[in-house]
Amino acid sequence: MAVGAAIIRFMGLDPVSAYRALVLGSVGNLNAVGETLVKAVPLMFTGLSFAFAFRCGLINIGAEGQLYMGGLLSVCAGVFIKGLPALIHLPLALAAGFAGGGLWGLISGWLKTRFGASEIITTVMLNYVAIYFVSYLVTGPLKAPPGNFPHTEPVAVTAELPRILAGTRLHLGFIFALLAICFYYVFLWHTREGFELRVVGQNTEAAKYAGMKPSSSIMTAMFLAGGMGGLAGAGEILGVQHRLMQAFSPGYGFDGIAVALLGLNTPLGIFLAAVLFGILRSGGNMMQMMVEVPIALIYIIQALVILFVVAQIMAKPSGRRRLRSFLRDFRLFEASGGAGRIGSRG
Amino acid sequence: MSTVLEMKNITKKFPGVLANDNVCFSADSGEVHALLGENGAGKTTLMNILYGLYQPTSGEIYLKGRKVEITSPKVAIENGIGMVHQHFMLIPALSVVENVILGMRQRRGAFLAIDEAAAKVKDLSARYGLAVDPHRKVGDLSVGERQRVEIVKALYRGADLLILDEPTAVLTPQETDELFGVIRHLTAQGHTVIFISHKLNEVKAISDRVTVLRQGRAVTTVKTSRVSKEELARFMVGKEVLFDIEREPLEPGAPVLRLDQIEADNDLGLRALKNVSLEIRQREVLGIAGVDGNGQRELVEVICGLRKASRGTVWLGDIDVTNASPRRITELGTAHIPEDRQARGLVLTMTLKENLVLHDYYRPPFSRGHFLNWKEIRDHSRRLIREFDVRTPHEDLLAKNLSGGNQQKLILARELSSQPQLLVAMHPTRGLDVGAIEYVHRKIMEQRARGAAVLLVSTDLDEILSLSDRIAVIYEGEIMGILANHQVDIGEIGLMMAGVKKTAVA
Repeated sequence: MAVGAAIIRFMGLDPVSAYRALVLGSVGNLNAVGETLVKAVPLMFTGLSFAFAFRCGLINIGAEGQLYMGGLLSVCAGVFIKGLPALIHLPLALAAGFAGGGLWGLISGWLKTRFGASEIITTVMLNYVAIYFVSYLVTGPLKAPPGNFPHTEPVAVTAELPRILAGTRLHLGFIFALLAICFYYVFLWHTREGFELRVVGQNTEAAKYAGMKPSSSIMTAMFLAGGMGGLAGAGEILGVQHRLMQAFSPGYGFDGIAVALLGLNTPLGIFLAAVLFGILRSGGNMMQMMVEVPIALIYIIQALVILFVVAQIMAKPSGRRRLRSFLRDFRLFEASGGAGRIGSRG
Repeated sequence: MSTVLEMKNITKKFPGVLANDNVCFSADSGEVHALLGENGAGKTTLMNILYGLYQPTSGEIYLKGRKVEITSPKVAIENGIGMVHQHFMLIPALSVVENVILGMRQRRGAFLAIDEAAAKVKDLSARYGLAVDPHRKVGDLSVGERQRVEIVKALYRGADLLILDEPTAVLTPQETDELFGVIRHLTAQGHTVIFISHKLNEVKAISDRVTVLRQGRAVTTVKTSRVSKEELARFMVGKEVLFDIEREPLEPGAPVLRLDQIEADNDLGLRALKNVSLEIRQREVLGIAGVDGNGQRELVEVICGLRKASRGTVWLGDIDVTNASPRRITELGTAHIPEDRQARGLVLTMTLKENLVLHDYYRPPFSRGHFLNWKEIRDHSRRLIREFDVRTPHEDLLAKNLSGGNQQKLILARELSSQPQLLVAMHPTRGLDVGAIEYVHRKIMEQRARGAAVLLVSTDLDEILSLSDRIAVIYEGEIMGILANHQVDIGEIGLMMAGVKKTAVA
């Protein structure tokens, strides 16, 4: 924060009023709180997406693509199925979103178990496929008449996630995100399959020795990771946008990586990190409007937060080892040209 | 001889552990002082305090009669203390001399004074019989040579007092002899060597005095020539150690495991097992002797379902389990103590209780439907930890925080609690100290007495001879012969281990 202030100062602006705007814009009133949580919802899902895979020893950089595929399928369910009561229609649309992302993640899982392809590379590449596929659909086959704008028709009201806080845009997706975090905890620490997944993630050799099947754990992890990414997209479409358009995610999928890492892949940590990022995001808008601090500064602060967390982990020797192995994997990913994508945030 | 070092009443507390408890230790100039103790007895902690890596909770250190505060390794080096760690701290891509001067101010103007340093390294190695070429790349050196580089590094920095932390753990017998030569050179010229070890033979062979640590306390300091190995062992573990295990004669029962003309490939796709046939019966230990890497690992993996057999049949009782899944083989009553407890036997980053149910987590009572029953798992873990005497404050500790011996006890607890029909144990005592070795041996014999069939793979011939009823020698994936223990002739086994076949099968 202090470093951020120095940068604002350096830009010739007043850091105190900038941060006041940041706080006002994020938690200053009911509406601001609502906006913060609205932004935190997809981040919780994408954070879980990364964390699910990470617990199984996989690096899922594909939450962005899974988010788009989830959004796509949920919009299909929301637009083309008509005449159902909300009690059935909404869960159906959400399930479609989960399945869309889940199947997208499963492709990487399958490529990994069948051919040994690095999931880091395949998830990054599938991001492009998903994003451009959605672009194509909303400018072509799924474009809403009369066709002036590249988006689909709105989803039926029965498939919308209802608002849960009057006067804000906060929608039911928030509750689902909390449930997803609970699911994450219960699944990993209280079920057989979750136990297997963690053992595979920590020591594949021991997992085989114990009679587990690493490949099926990998498939499960990638399906759940993808499903969480898909729910991020579905929540955003059914709760906020109500229709599918190009580039409807400002990089939630990639921010999810930071959320998960910042939250150390723990349930509570992911929740807190997502809320923090939500604060920065919604407060950043206010900061830009009131004090003319560019929104890019928020990205700088985000990056600083991550940097400090990493530095803290580095201070512990065990953390250093873990980080080193993580970075080794990451370099592989960088070699695939993926890092530029994260840096430039789509 | 004058006293160089005195450590008085050193106590070091870690959260939950008292690593050193009021330890007094001293060393004279020109002596080899061995620090002997089981794994986890506090030897390395004490020396890390001396080297400035840890600060003692209380206690004082005197060097040549002067009180010193060793706050960092840098201070230790300035005071003439050098340490060679178990794991070398060398950069493989650099040459010997570059490694030696690493981190030192050793410059002429802007340039490194490499040539002068190299000359000094040569000089040092000649003086102490170290045989190190200063210009070779460390990456090209053998383990023994690297260790010598570490010693040179310490001497170069002016060490009079050299700490060697388990120096022989990574060496071959020949390299060990060479190291002992170096140590004698060093002490002959007035250097003091502290030799950390848990191997009695080596301590007897090289040291002048020995201090025994047990559970963080200094038990005794004695002149090495005045004690026997048995006495030292008793000091270490606090009770009499059985060097010869009692193997009561038992009548073997029905066959449990039968291999029929098994063939299998190794990871490189080369034939690792050739036509292996053997049989183990109830109440019988079959030892597999042989030099490491002659197909032992593949043999164990085929039996446990971790490797595909390309030919032949594996029978468990009268069930054909050739290429069955590891889980099925486990469920049919096979327990497996794997070769590498850290890589395969345990998940180091998970808790003890999670490790204890690694095989059984999916079935009642540990899980109901899809859900784990943590209460049951915890109770079960506490029971096993007590029964197998795993030294730990609680069952939520991570497995990596246990000492080697306790890790092995944890595996034994898990594997033996299922009352297996067949126990496959590979190098079950490798890297363990005397007390733990005895414990493991006793447990294996208990399984035999209970009626289990045991397959014991070990490169330690003494272990094989003392535990096995019958001994099979493996060489390049072939069984060279199977002998009954009472007919064994060591010379003959040696020949078979080198590839000479025995025709008569016991």
